[in-house]
Amino acid sequence: MVDRKTAPDFKAIDNINLIRPDQKKLANGAEIFCFNSGDQELVRIEWIFTNLHFDAAKPLLNMAVNTMLTDGTNTLTGAEIADKIDFYGAFLQVDYGFEQSLVTLYSLTKHLDKTLPVVKDILTNSIFPQKELDTFIRNQQQKLQVSLQKNDVVARRAFNKALYGDTIYGLAPDLDTYKTLHRDDLLVHFKQMYQPLNCSIIIAGKIEQATLDILTATFESGWENTTVAADTTQPTVNHATEHFYFVEKPDALQSAIRMGLPFINREHPDFPAVQVLNTVLGGYFGSRLMNNIREDKGYTYGIGSGISSHKQGGALFIATEVGADVCKAATIEIEKEITLLKTDLIPDEELSLVRNYMLGSLLGSLENVFSHADKFKNLYFSGMDYEYYDRYTQVVKTVTADELLKLANRYLDFDQFYKVIVGKY
Amino acid sequence: MVKFNRFTLDNGLRVIVHEDNTTPMAVVNILYDVGSRDENPEQTGFAHLFEHLMFGGSVNIPNYDSPLQQVGGENNAFTSNDITNYYITLPSANLETAFWLESDRMLSLAFSKKSLEVQRAVVIEEFKQRYLNQPYGDVWLRLRPMVYKKHPYLWDTIGKNIEHIENAKIEDVKAFFKKHYNPQNAIMVVGGDVKLEQVKELAQKWFGPIPAGEKYTRDLPQEPEQHEERREIVTAKVPLNDVYIALQMPGRREQEFYAVELMSDILSRGNSSRMYRNLVKEKQLFSEVHAYVLGSLDKGMFVLEGKPTEGVTIEQAEAALWDEVELLKTQEVPADELTKVQNKTESTMIFSEMSLLDKAMNLAYYELLGDADLLNNEIQKFLAVTPAQIKEEANKLFRKDNSSTLIYLAEQ
Repeated sequence: MVDRKTAPDFKAIDNINLIRPDQKKLANGAEIFCFNSGDQELVRIEWIFTNLHFDAAKPLLNMAVNTMLTDGTNTLTGAEIADKIDFYGAFLQVDYGFEQSLVTLYSLTKHLDKTLPVVKDILTNSIFPQKELDTFIRNQQQKLQVSLQKNDVVARRAFNKALYGDTIYGLAPDLDTYKTLHRDDLLVHFKQMYQPLNCSIIIAGKIEQATLDILTATFESGWENTTVAADTTQPTVNHATEHFYFVEKPDALQSAIRMGLPFINREHPDFPAVQVLNTVLGGYFGSRLMNNIREDKGYTYGIGSGISSHKQGGALFIATEVGADVCKAATIEIEKEITLLKTDLIPDEELSLVRNYMLGSLLGSLENVFSHADKFKNLYFSGMDYEYYDRYTQVVKTVTADELLKLANRYLDFDQFYKVIVGKY
Repeated sequence: MVKFNRFTLDNGLRVIVHEDNTTPMAVVNILYDVGSRDENPEQTGFAHLFEHLMFGGSVNIPNYDSPLQQVGGENNAFTSNDITNYYITLPSANLETAFWLESDRMLSLAFSKKSLEVQRAVVIEEFKQRYLNQPYGDVWLRLRPMVYKKHPYLWDTIGKNIEHIENAKIEDVKAFFKKHYNPQNAIMVVGGDVKLEQVKELAQKWFGPIPAGEKYTRDLPQEPEQHEERREIVTAKVPLNDVYIALQMPGRREQEFYAVELMSDILSRGNSSRMYRNLVKEKQLFSEVHAYVLGSLDKGMFVLEGKPTEGVTIEQAEAALWDEVELLKTQEVPADELTKVQNKTESTMIFSEMSLLDKAMNLAYYELLGDADLLNNEIQKFLAVTPAQIKEEANKLFRKDNSSTLIYLAEQ
């Protein structure tokens, strides 16, 4: 008879092997990082640009320029761009973030000679046609109207606004904000931002010399820097003085809660250890917040906490949507869980579970060569090197309950918490 | 190409092994051949509620999640109208922990009253969060009973209403387990950094002793062909008007499925698709527009959806959607355009081979369809579709008397 009561023996995770990139620089200054691995004849290539200085009077420029890159160049219409990419089974995405904006191409290697020139055209010749801009503004306004009906979205906007003020992190546009978009501004912004010296190209997949050759040949000639260097400095973050925000929705069945405070970012030496603390609190399915508020009380479908790490500071936040009638009860339980981290040592068993979970999760996040490239991006754009992950795994394995208690007291000051409720309270 | 081996235990459990040594991880995916279509019409939402209860402790293991997290693993599950699927990813060195956990809950659950109470409350919050407290969140609760009059697809996996979930009793939970959760009704895929012989040994050790149980024979009322136009208009607290047109379409195993799926790609996949180009970009009648299929095993649903821009009437919006599909009925799709969507489908399948979990889930699903190897032949079926077939299927599908139209009007 097999013994079903006792868990099988298990092994702790020793070390994590990350694929590191080969690096080269194009004559025009663009950096290329190559992650070569995998069996499928395909690649992902990302062109990553650091965002320009945030202008509170024209807050949507960065987003609009990035999103409209696929809407037309002086040689191709938006329809032709889409046709060319789709015909070869490729995927072309544009994404904007707080710090960088990206153009990403997923392509079968055999079609790169057809797909790469389209990307080059976009990066060098985009014209942001007025008609497309009008359509873009109208559709964005409609989407915004839908988002604003979602309590969790409203809560996130209010929270970010309070924590980050007039910076890109705090951006919460309303319908009128879209009226600040003008084609001339887009063109100027595009020329300054999307130039080789402000670009890192990251290629991941099965990479042969021919692949690198065609990438180099396509982007080394005919793509030059302009005379104005990209201004990527950013305004200083100011936190609001008001710490409590309540948006009442009389018909709400659930209330969205978002609370948290300004926090250290990845560059800070304490960052790996506070990630352990965050995991205990609300960073995984078995976390204290989930156990208490979902699995014990049944107040919610889900609750979690997280740390956002930005170039300029960051935040620790807790977010959930709970039954409108138990909103107050839920916030009290959240506060209890935070206090507990400051008064009681985390029991050995729980800490050991969280250590193993975090290491397994890191290992599991390295699903394929794309994930290895993503890990590199985390480091590179925070100005850090691979030593970070060595230190991270070391800290996760060894940080003590005593140290975590001290960190909780240092970083989780309840008076500094911002609290947003959308719904009923 | 996803390579695999396959064997069946004496108790009927089908096991598929996919070795992939490029990863240090392993995946264990178990598909149970039960979905919300197998529910009693008076106890809807039960398959999904049951999925939650599968995490509430099993006969020998009081807590499912902790031992898995302890060995660096993660898990989740989902329920659809057709299936319930559970999966674990963990470092391959700890593979046996997954066998221990999954075999114990296939053997028997703890059937704890506390777990039922709490998960009932959690699912009710899920109902509110995803279906009631969101603009347009109740669309499937409204649309399904329009498209289906007999088949149990007429309710959504969350259930017809909250009361059905509130009324669930522990005896119902036990009966549901006995009926559906046994080796004969399950397909297990083990993938990643594993070896066939190792999996055979572990499967025999942990799952071999589980009794075969009774075989569930599915006998569902089939949905009759639709011959009437159906329509419903709701005025709701939504910011924008919204038009949904749903049409009955062939099930997932039918030969016609492939042409119909490609038709949805021609209409709305990507920025080069017809509806996006014509209706969003050129005529600017919609701020967003979609066409997609719900690939259910029995008769499925083809959905056209769009949010009209300001000043566009519902009549204009509906007419524009019908005009687009009318073109598919009267003119053959140009060869280049068909090749385009076929290429996209092919590359999507190659890209999905980058994900171990996707591969494991796909193998389980295709085994349920009849043979895991269908996964590797699937692309040939898409590539074989001709413009003539698309025209033929469009004519069968896009009939007013095969449509159910749901209109959301924004409360002024």
